Amino acid sequence: MNRIARCFADLRRAGRKALIPYITAGDPRPALTVPMLHALVRAGANILELGVPFSDPMADGPVIQKACERALAQGMSLRRVLEQVREFRQTDAETPVVLMGYLNPIESMGYDTFVAGARAAGVDGVLTVDLPPEEAAELAEPLKAAGIAPIFLLAPTSSAERIRHTAKLAQGYLYYVSLKGVTGSAALNVAEVADKLAGIRALTDLPLGVGFGIKDPPTAAAVAQVADAVVVGSALVARMGELADDPDQMLREVAERVGAMREAMDRSGPAKD
Amino acid sequence: MTAKALRNPVDFSQFPDRAGHFGRYGGRFVAETLMEALHDLDDAWRAYRNDPEFLAELDADLARYVGRPTPLYHAERWSRQLGGAQIHLKREDLNHTGAHKINNTVGQALLAKRMGKTRLIAETGAGQHGVASATVAARLGMECVVYMGSEDIQRQALNVYRMRLLGANVQPVTSGSRTLKDALNEALRDWVTNVDNTFYMIGTVAGPHPYPVMVREFQAVIGREAREQMLSDYGRLPDALVACVGGGSNAIGLFHSFLNDSEVAIYGVEAAGSGIETGRHAATLCAGRPGVLHGNRTYLLNDANGQIIETHSVSAGLDYPGVGPEHAWLKDIGRARYVAVTDDEALRGFHDLTRIEGIIPALESSHALAYVTQLAPTMRPDQHIVVNLSGRGDKDIYTVAKLEGIQL
Ligand SMILES: Cc1ncc(COP(=O)(O)O)c(C=O)c1O
Repeated sequence: MNRIARCFADLRRAGRKALIPYITAGDPRPALTVPMLHALVRAGANILELGVPFSDPMADGPVIQKACERALAQGMSLRRVLEQVREFRQTDAETPVVLMGYLNPIESMGYDTFVAGARAAGVDGVLTVDLPPEEAAELAEPLKAAGIAPIFLLAPTSSAERIRHTAKLAQGYLYYVSLKGVTGSAALNVAEVADKLAGIRALTDLPLGVGFGIKDPPTAAAVAQVADAVVVGSALVARMGELADDPDQMLREVAERVGAMREAMDRSGPAKD
Repeated sequence: MTAKALRNPVDFSQFPDRAGHFGRYGGRFVAETLMEALHDLDDAWRAYRNDPEFLAELDADLARYVGRPTPLYHAERWSRQLGGAQIHLKREDLNHTGAHKINNTVGQALLAKRMGKTRLIAETGAGQHGVASATVAARLGMECVVYMGSEDIQRQALNVYRMRLLGANVQPVTSGSRTLKDALNEALRDWVTNVDNTFYMIGTVAGPHPYPVMVREFQAVIGREAREQMLSDYGRLPDALVACVGGGSNAIGLFHSFLNDSEVAIYGVEAAGSGIETGRHAATLCAGRPGVLHGNRTYLLNDANGQIIETHSVSAGLDYPGVGPEHAWLKDIGRARYVAVTDDEALRGFHDLTRIEGIIPALESSHALAYVTQLAPTMRPDQHIVVNLSGRGDKDIYTVAKLEGIQL
């Protein structure tokens, strides 16, 4: 079983929900990425989303755009992200790692080279933001053959037909984007999300993650009531940028934020199953 | 015409396919958050593209508001001086607002109105598409936001002021390279956020499906007219077509009606900036390789890691690291040839046309003119070239003066 599937199965047995922090690889400094990933796991993260920096992150708000710019200015590339995952894997064989990014760096490397490299590094899932299911077969099939989950986004506007089609292609989990907008936008509306997730659950058995607009422990806890996984990105990345010059403080504070979310999610009680 | 295309006749009217593919190029590469909006747009576009009422309104606007048909002008003196083929200028510079861009915004505005949208957004490089968008927004009483790289705002101050006069909100974009590609990113972000009431007018034949085909159809009026004008004035088709290529809308607009006429040679002219060998250029088809950006698969200027690189051209409208997917396909199948001319060559073209024919061309169009100065002398005087004079040069006067050390 893929690490992601095992992770969700274990959590379900324990009546807990997955907490998935996102950071941009190489931001604020390449040397801090692997220590940050370990710190996130210690703070209670279950799955790690590692952003592959791209020069033109169209679906991201200013916080992650700036993180990409900082990372690229220090020479980050898809190849180096894979090296970081390999390094992380040397001391953590359990925690699933999902790469999140845009298609062009992958096209540039070549699908086969990328899939082989991701597999060798210990990547568990790949979410390519600008690759909708219609165009995805060419990448999704080799990923699956290598035991790597292709992960897809669903949006408030996704029709039942699209949800069904996407679920057929996807593995690991489905990532529901909780609002209209880019990453780091205004806070989400939990009632609306609950409503929409109920509709999606009727169409698929895959675990459902929710992201975009989750900034604090109360929102994380509320979303955990209705979703299988809570994704938090910009709220962490913004703080990492601010504390770029004080790495110790950065590792501590970001881990604390994740820890507070973990606690709030666990306190809000077991999932309705 | 290349031998390759002659051996494999293609029916160009059959492209793109239903999902926007031109061979392996085009398609829809956007986040799920935009898919529904693109489907809505595609539905509306397909509902109206052949609707007699819609087309009648479009034709009336093109005639009475834009000023079509534009003349096909025989540049006799220039042809004589170059000593080769007869050169004909398709005078898109005479359109309202001074470039071909308005052919497209008039069409998209009619669609926006029918879709019940109240807010128009656009990206712009040289400012011509921004002006053309602000113009139709003013006419329809719609709110208009134009995203423009802060770098371009500097070099196209005149157009920025025109947009503001027209009531548009010009939003400076300071991310990335602060030029057209970043403005496009920002417009896409706005669209995702405000998709309920907002219509995104892309200014060229790039972006996710249906933009490349929709913008092509709105610009194809250029080539339809040019074809009729050649037939009625000379009783024959031209031997060659020449147009500059930024995103590629004025070029595909001219080319499209001639694609099935295999005897017509087709040349797209890209910006070689300081020279392709210097790395400071925007010659995507000449020097790039296929990749995915801004919602479609096409040729791109990107580094070995797939990061988009900064481009350079003296003309802001050609300063773009991608190109419309149909051009990528026409290049691969050999139906069109893509060449590049430098800033200096374009500036010579600019001065030549101004002095010899009394027409001040846009710096973008000057790239096409510069290539004509190379091509025409290799052809016979009984042969004909149609070159797309995509815009007038008023907006570029400050740039040219500055390059020549003149303070206006
Ligand atoms: C006069 C003129 N010509 C050409 C272009 C390039 O665009 P395209 O290649 O889409 O025609 C521009 C863009 O701003 C323009 O203003």
